[in-house]
Amino acid sequence: MESVDLLYKAIYILVIFGITLLIATYSTYFERKIAAFIQDRVGPNRAGPAGLLQPLADAGKLFFKEDFIPARSNKALFIIGPGIAMLVATMSSAVIPFGDMLLIDGHEVFLQAIEVNIGVLYVFGVVSLGVYGLMIGGWASNNKFSLLGAIRAASQNISYELAMGLSLIAILMMTGSLSLREIAAQQAGFNWNIWYQPLGFIIFLVCAFAECNRTPFDLPESEAELIGGYHTEYGSMKLGMYLFAEYINIFVASAVMSTLYFGAYNFPFMENLREAISDPVLANNVVTLVGVVAMFAKIFLFIFFFMWVRWTLPRFRYDQLMKLGWQILIPLAILNIILTGGGILLKDFLF
Amino acid sequence: MEPLSNRRKQLEKKEMTFAEKAYLPAIAQGLGITLKHFFKKKATIQYPEQTRERSEHWRGLHVLKRDEKGAERCTACGLCAVACPAEAITMTAGERKAGEEHLYREEKYAVTYEVNMLRCIFCGLCEEACPKAAIFLQDDKIAPARFERDEFIYGKDRLVEPLKTTETK
Repeated sequence: MESVDLLYKAIYILVIFGITLLIATYSTYFERKIAAFIQDRVGPNRAGPAGLLQPLADAGKLFFKEDFIPARSNKALFIIGPGIAMLVATMSSAVIPFGDMLLIDGHEVFLQAIEVNIGVLYVFGVVSLGVYGLMIGGWASNNKFSLLGAIRAASQNISYELAMGLSLIAILMMTGSLSLREIAAQQAGFNWNIWYQPLGFIIFLVCAFAECNRTPFDLPESEAELIGGYHTEYGSMKLGMYLFAEYINIFVASAVMSTLYFGAYNFPFMENLREAISDPVLANNVVTLVGVVAMFAKIFLFIFFFMWVRWTLPRFRYDQLMKLGWQILIPLAILNIILTGGGILLKDFLF
Repeated sequence: MEPLSNRRKQLEKKEMTFAEKAYLPAIAQGLGITLKHFFKKKATIQYPEQTRERSEHWRGLHVLKRDEKGAERCTACGLCAVACPAEAITMTAGERKAGEEHLYREEKYAVTYEVNMLRCIFCGLCEEACPKAAIFLQDDKIAPARFERDEFIYGKDRLVEPLKTTETK
């Protein structure tokens, strides 16, 4: 790789990192705003214009709160816990293609931090490590409620990861690739995977909610039963890290869902736009930039959906959660695999 | 058993339909309901800038009135304290000395007059009981929040109407 390419890559990685953190920060603001709107309130509007400085005020508050470590906790693990949660959350956006390819001075700049041909596996591998953050934090607190929350988090994540992986297999059978960029490229124009995999998408969506510990599956932190769940003993910015990591996870889950099922950076009438501009380099760049906007629009829609569901549905009971995961979603996902396989065979047979 | 009213209903547990079992249509319906609220008019009142309009009959903080000449109307008869169901009002009576006619309207006056805002239920019975039209519950003032309990005991210094406004309401 040439040094210019490396420079572009470095800039791109920094930008994506910044955008990830920025979106996670402002997710907290929009969460409060959306909650307020759904409950016929106005929401934060005092800090800055329309309350836009509220996340900074929240962060300032968290930084200046007492940083408390329980006396009989495992101090090293107690500190590492939120760090792992944060690290893992920020790692997973590396393989997501936020756009196609820009042509700058004859260089092809792909809008993806790392192109690995096992992109999907990388995301799943990294996301499943996230539960270590919760598990270690809950265990190190030396508090039975934290431990219960941590165990819940671990078993819930494992259960739903199975169904999630199975629903994903159907996509992989269709696309024949594990590379996220290739999956995105195959959905050119309006040829999105959601039209072929509606059942798989619903399974994936439900599992994504459970993986992010979002309502209605936020049992690891159900304050009514477990005080605060795995983060009961955490205060100050350590708690902030856990909550922040959760918002980053929502962003990553939204990005993955947009990439896998909603055509990533592709948008309808893409080719018409490309043909409308005579200069091929300019055409490519314009289409790519509009694609980036389309990608982020999809991501924001999903983030909104996450919050919308949170303020609509009540929390599941734990046995219902397990029953849904093992007895309903996994068989459904297997059924989806069989249907997809049949569909592919039928297509080969007919055409 | 003979039914006592005609409101009795025969309940039966129906088998759920597939749509009900699938749970997703119900979720979609719920999402629709919450989304409708998203666009509704907000009930919030922006407090420091806007204040909620109170009813005309609202009863707020007490005031001890003066008469047209600026003398205190209260004669410390104690009827308000007797009428008060929460026993929030206490007072001590004193005799007016020569030269104080411009301060107190009648020979007897209240040396101290205290209302305990923590006990007061703002029922307005003191207002009704007062034969001298001396005590009123204002319709535009509330007893504000304080940090200490003794700050809620309002003495004459905070109850008597300031001298400038002499008109009775």
